[in-house]
Amino acid sequence: MRSQIEGSRAVAEAVALCRPQVIPAYPISPQTHIVEALSERVASGALHPCVFINAESEFGAMSLAIGACATGGRSYTATASQGLLFMAEALYNAAGLGLPIVMTVANRAIGAPINIWNDHSDAMSQRDSGWVQLYAESNQEAVDLHVLAFRLAEELSLPVMVCMDGFVLTHAVEPVDLPDQAGVDAFLPPFRPRQVLDPVAPVSIGAMVGPEAFTEVRYLAHVRQLEVLDRLPDLAGELAALTGRRISAVTPYRCDDADTVVVALGSVLGTLKDTVDELRDEGLPVGVVGVTAFRPFPVRAVAAALAGARRVVVLERALAAGVGGIVTADVRAARPGVACRTVVAGLGGRPVTRASLRAMLLDAVADRLEPLTFLDLNREVVDRELARAAATRRSGPAAENILHDLAGGGR
Amino acid sequence: MFAVRIHGRGGQGVVTAAELLSVAAFTEGRHAQAFPSFGSERTGAPVVAFCRIDTRPIRTREPIAIADCVIVQDPTLLRHVDVLAGLRPAGSVLVNWAGPVDQLELPPGAVAVAATQLALRHVGRPVPNAALLGGFAALTGQVRLESVLDAIRGRFPASLAAANVAAAQEAYDLVRAECEERQDA
Repeated sequence: MRSQIEGSRAVAEAVALCRPQVIPAYPISPQTHIVEALSERVASGALHPCVFINAESEFGAMSLAIGACATGGRSYTATASQGLLFMAEALYNAAGLGLPIVMTVANRAIGAPINIWNDHSDAMSQRDSGWVQLYAESNQEAVDLHVLAFRLAEELSLPVMVCMDGFVLTHAVEPVDLPDQAGVDAFLPPFRPRQVLDPVAPVSIGAMVGPEAFTEVRYLAHVRQLEVLDRLPDLAGELAALTGRRISAVTPYRCDDADTVVVALGSVLGTLKDTVDELRDEGLPVGVVGVTAFRPFPVRAVAAALAGARRVVVLERALAAGVGGIVTADVRAARPGVACRTVVAGLGGRPVTRASLRAMLLDAVADRLEPLTFLDLNREVVDRELARAAATRRSGPAAENILHDLAGGGR
Repeated sequence: MFAVRIHGRGGQGVVTAAELLSVAAFTEGRHAQAFPSFGSERTGAPVVAFCRIDTRPIRTREPIAIADCVIVQDPTLLRHVDVLAGLRPAGSVLVNWAGPVDQLELPPGAVAVAATQLALRHVGRPVPNAALLGGFAALTGQVRLESVLDAIRGRFPASLAAANVAAAQEAYDLVRAECEERQDA
């Protein structure tokens, strides 16, 4: 049914349709309305049978999800930002054990300095944790991805992270079409675990593996991740039969004869497409490639989507200090030899505007774009802080100095 | 695309107002997107929410810089916040104000409705949202009053909804009368 609904609430509905049996979550900031809505459903009996566990931390929540999943329960949780970092050790364990947990990450920045707003720093920090990572462009896509995620996770016995931009998507109210229960039930059969901890047939999982076999275990994990790319089109096709909407690992937009193509993940794709439409109307051959599956990285699909491009711009919502782009490295590997620029945009909740994207694309088309660009960087403020730091060793904390500057102070 | 920016203070319900407006447009078969200005809102601090209405799917996610209409829930904001920033030259302004609108420093087309007073009378609490949305329907014609009332009914329990519906209805009538009067003048 189509309704006008907040992103978090829509995802909660979608997760409920997937009949999770255990939802451990840590209900404090950074958290979303998703687990709040699910806890209400469990408490009212609307979601049954399901246990909601108020965990003592995100580390506890993921550890509980691991235990629940290992004993055969369909397990789900959600977190963001610092909460995801606090889960880090358990995330690697979930992936290493091949446990098909599904988790929403409502993407937010990571401190210090404290920042509660949206970017991709959190999920990007866990890109090598062994979890599948799927990024949603809209709340509709977030809903569809969650339904897909459970099926994908359980078929391949891999945990899946559905990443949706915090606030920008989670707090946006827009039309979302939710599939019906019968349709989801037909698409997503009951969880049949590949491995299960059962007192009747006891086994141990996660045992010590030494140098004699660790490489092989890791290799197999890699192979299993890559299977996602083979399986995704079929599952997406089955889901499309239910929803009428098809999810792809990679989605090109107006890339035919585009000599400049921007690659991006997440909700910025919407604004980017509007910008590209505008520039296309003016005769500029520009296009967009949306990457939905970031882990595993769809090398061949990205290469195919960028086959005709002479210039590639990777719009990044996170920064690897000391290098620049994160997604850029993978795009470059997929399309070696093509001029590839990195644009870091929208860090810590800075809005990515059509005006800035337009100016950036005009620079790109004219070959004026630096290898690494920070969109809308306030150069003046940065230079003042650099000058302070050069003048005296004890120049004060940079973040506080800059805030003082912006408030018209000057130090 | 019709872009609305709602200015208020934390606790006055700008987010709910934007959401209700989007629901009203949605029930009329249009596309709508409502979202707050993100932050750690504190009660009483200036806050903003946005609503876009279009006949086509809305993809952009940027905050509304160019507005077709600005709704001001709290007139004391006018001293601190540039609520008119980016308002189109022919854009509409609806302000929650019990006095004559020319007492405020607003463009000549601005319309005032005593939303807080209407809320106190009908709802018993100073919640200006419903009245302002009724006023918005009359001022801009972007949504029908009935759609606004349906959105209110869908959001609140029956008796609270009825009180808010009455406030919205009265605000709609007042603003419509005001607009007609201005047209005749």
